[in-house]
Amino acid sequence: MKILVPVKRVIDYNVKVRVKSDNSDVDLANVKMAMNPFCEIAVEQAVRLKEAGVASEVIVVSMGDKSCQEQIRTALALGADRGIQIETDTLPDSLSAAKLLKALVQEEQPQLVIMGKQSIDTDNNQTGQMLAALLDYPQGTFVSEMSVEGDKVQITREIDGGLQTLELDLPAIVTVDLRLNDPRYASLPNIMKAKRKPLAVKTPADLGVELNNKVTLVAVNPPEERQAGIKVASVSELVDKLKNEAKVL
Amino acid sequence: MNDYKHPLTDVEFVLNELVKFDELCAAAGLEDVNTELASVVLTEAGKLGTGVLAPLNRTGDEVHPVIVDNGVKETKGFADAYQAYVEGGWATLTAAEEFGGQNLPNVLGTAVNEVWQTCNLSFALCPLLSQGAIESISHHGSDELKEHFLPKLVSGEWTGTMNLTEAGAGTDLAAVSTKAVANGDHYLITGQKIFITWGDHQMTDNVIHLVLARLPGAPAGVKGISLFIVPKFLLDENGNPADRNDVYAVSLEHKMGIHGSPTCVMSFGDNGGAVGYLVGEEHNGLAYMFTMMNHARQGVGLQGLGVSEAAYQLAVQFAKDRIQGTKKDGSRYPIIRFADVRRMLMQMKSGTEAMRALCLVAAAEADRKNTARQELLTPIVKGWVTEFAQELTSLGIQIHGGMGFIEETGAAQYYRDARILPIYEGTTAVQALDLVGRKTLMNGGESLQSLLDEMAVDISAFETLGGDFSLAAEQCRTSLNNGIAARQWLLDTKADRNASASACVNFMMLFGFLCGGWLMAKSAVQAQAKLTAGEGDPKFLQAKLISARFYCEHMMPRTQSYLASVIAGGESIMALDEELF
Repeated sequence: MKILVPVKRVIDYNVKVRVKSDNSDVDLANVKMAMNPFCEIAVEQAVRLKEAGVASEVIVVSMGDKSCQEQIRTALALGADRGIQIETDTLPDSLSAAKLLKALVQEEQPQLVIMGKQSIDTDNNQTGQMLAALLDYPQGTFVSEMSVEGDKVQITREIDGGLQTLELDLPAIVTVDLRLNDPRYASLPNIMKAKRKPLAVKTPADLGVELNNKVTLVAVNPPEERQAGIKVASVSELVDKLKNEAKVL
Repeated sequence: MNDYKHPLTDVEFVLNELVKFDELCAAAGLEDVNTELASVVLTEAGKLGTGVLAPLNRTGDEVHPVIVDNGVKETKGFADAYQAYVEGGWATLTAAEEFGGQNLPNVLGTAVNEVWQTCNLSFALCPLLSQGAIESISHHGSDELKEHFLPKLVSGEWTGTMNLTEAGAGTDLAAVSTKAVANGDHYLITGQKIFITWGDHQMTDNVIHLVLARLPGAPAGVKGISLFIVPKFLLDENGNPADRNDVYAVSLEHKMGIHGSPTCVMSFGDNGGAVGYLVGEEHNGLAYMFTMMNHARQGVGLQGLGVSEAAYQLAVQFAKDRIQGTKKDGSRYPIIRFADVRRMLMQMKSGTEAMRALCLVAAAEADRKNTARQELLTPIVKGWVTEFAQELTSLGIQIHGGMGFIEETGAAQYYRDARILPIYEGTTAVQALDLVGRKTLMNGGESLQSLLDEMAVDISAFETLGGDFSLAAEQCRTSLNNGIAARQWLLDTKADRNASASACVNFMMLFGFLCGGWLMAKSAVQAQAKLTAGEGDPKFLQAKLISARFYCEHMMPRTQSYLASVIAGGESIMALDEELF
């Protein structure tokens, strides 16, 4: 069984994010980039399924310019078998990404798509759900446990009220949460092997998809800086301020 | 340290701009090895270091290894970390492919080792010693010994140690008295070795000791010492560890630093004799030791860089957090805004950058098979970097103020850990004597001349930057002239061994600060060129320019005083009668 794992190149989670001076976007110039942490968990899960003999092939796919090949290579170094870069000038929005993935799923016919529940740059949490809808596949989101048995996958979802266990028919889309696993460190021999693993480049046209982003980024503003506090002389002054200035009472 | 950030951008800058990594790999016939691969390798090493080794650094300092019934038990957590290191295949990085290595360049291995050394110096000593053992066996061992011991040393499944020092034989290895007697196809070793780093532990199922010992009737002195392999467990016919050999760690030293690294007293042959296998020929052991000396000594120099980098990162963090100043409007500010804290931070920043440049440039000479240059730079890397590390780790404490003296902040550990570096693997004096004797006088100063010539070219290029760099370039030129004058003085006074022996450490330090400045100047030229071309990260390149300027203006003038001391000679050093001390 094939597993497809989409991975996204995002700003490294250790980096302090800065906004461009014209507020048009986050400043990514010379900033350290990395694989989205949720995608790392997805890659780890796919590789574990391969090591357990459940999966026969793990394919990773990323979208963007050539630089996203770095993240594909990282996934290959973690144990994925081959990579696909879908070359796009601008980053597709969630729906465009889902359409590209749909076309790829139809071409590759994986039984499972394992992906991060969201990316830490836009925090949308949409692509997995959209992909499932477009393909009309079962979906399991926020997954913290999963096991494949025959043509079904059992998943545990983290939901508001606790945990929900579901069984999905394959093929299915699974989006993973933080607690699913602890991603491994890449080993040196696998880093060396990753160089020789196949990495194909496709265009949206190759997949018969016309990119048409529906979402426009209007402005990005940093959170307001916290103001210094004040000391109040008495409880009544505090209550007064909470009531009349902060208006929280 | 927990908040370690691998300085990948600086490492890549040195590899690309100073080492010319791609050219080096192409010349060495290493297909597919390039800066892109190096970057991935370094990034992943950085993750393992940050995630696994750094969090254990403090643990090793506080929870020391202990002697238990079956030997030494290492600090809790180290075995798992070692397992992660081995499973990641990191031990195999530079080793030959035929024994399971990845055959990557020495300079990349050095850059990766910097990660381990910075994150956890005590831990990283273990693989460093294994690399020494691997080198001795690969160069001098018989095919049979290689076959038996190399694959598992290379993979890291077993670790190696170097058993040289005895109570009566420290720097003076001629005094080695451990005995070896032929016994069938092997030898029986008896004697005691001290200061054996990672001499025993439970992290692996075998430990391979390389031991210097004397055969009966061997010539006295250095020409009568042979080298043996003494495994902790003898191998069965399948090459697996079986019977316990007669070698035991009998006690552990109480030290000032590197507490996580067990420093053992090793006893050989208490129950009749430890089985040992001769490496190479009889009586040639010390010569064999010298073949791995460049690597081991450069490795210790690299530790000086690692511990300084760790101290710097901690100090920066503290200087940004610690609020001590008050502005007129009553608002408070952190100590990083004080000029003298800045001076100390700049010394640490530019100092570690200069160390890194020198360590990597020297390591690359091994890949280029430029033996003369490699041998010339080795005592400078070991001597200067580890001495300079004393100053930088001390500044790390100073920046913390009173909190630096309190163990809780972690600044003190780096200072204590650093203190062994100018001592083991040949003291500073040994390095300095090596530099003036074998590396300079023995070739009529030729190696040094070629280095000075190369520096002159790069410093001329630095002089063309002008503007803000005028003073820096001037200091660089003066320092170069100081180097030229010191070399000339040495050649002129070579007949007076007393003079050169008295001057050697100052001579070595002069060349250390000069080499650092040369490479910082070269970095500045490259950084400026990249900025002009609109390449690279402008913030990093601007910082490199300022760092280079600071180093040249504030560190290089030291060459002047070293030169003065060199030229003063040894008279006043040796004049005082022993009784008057």
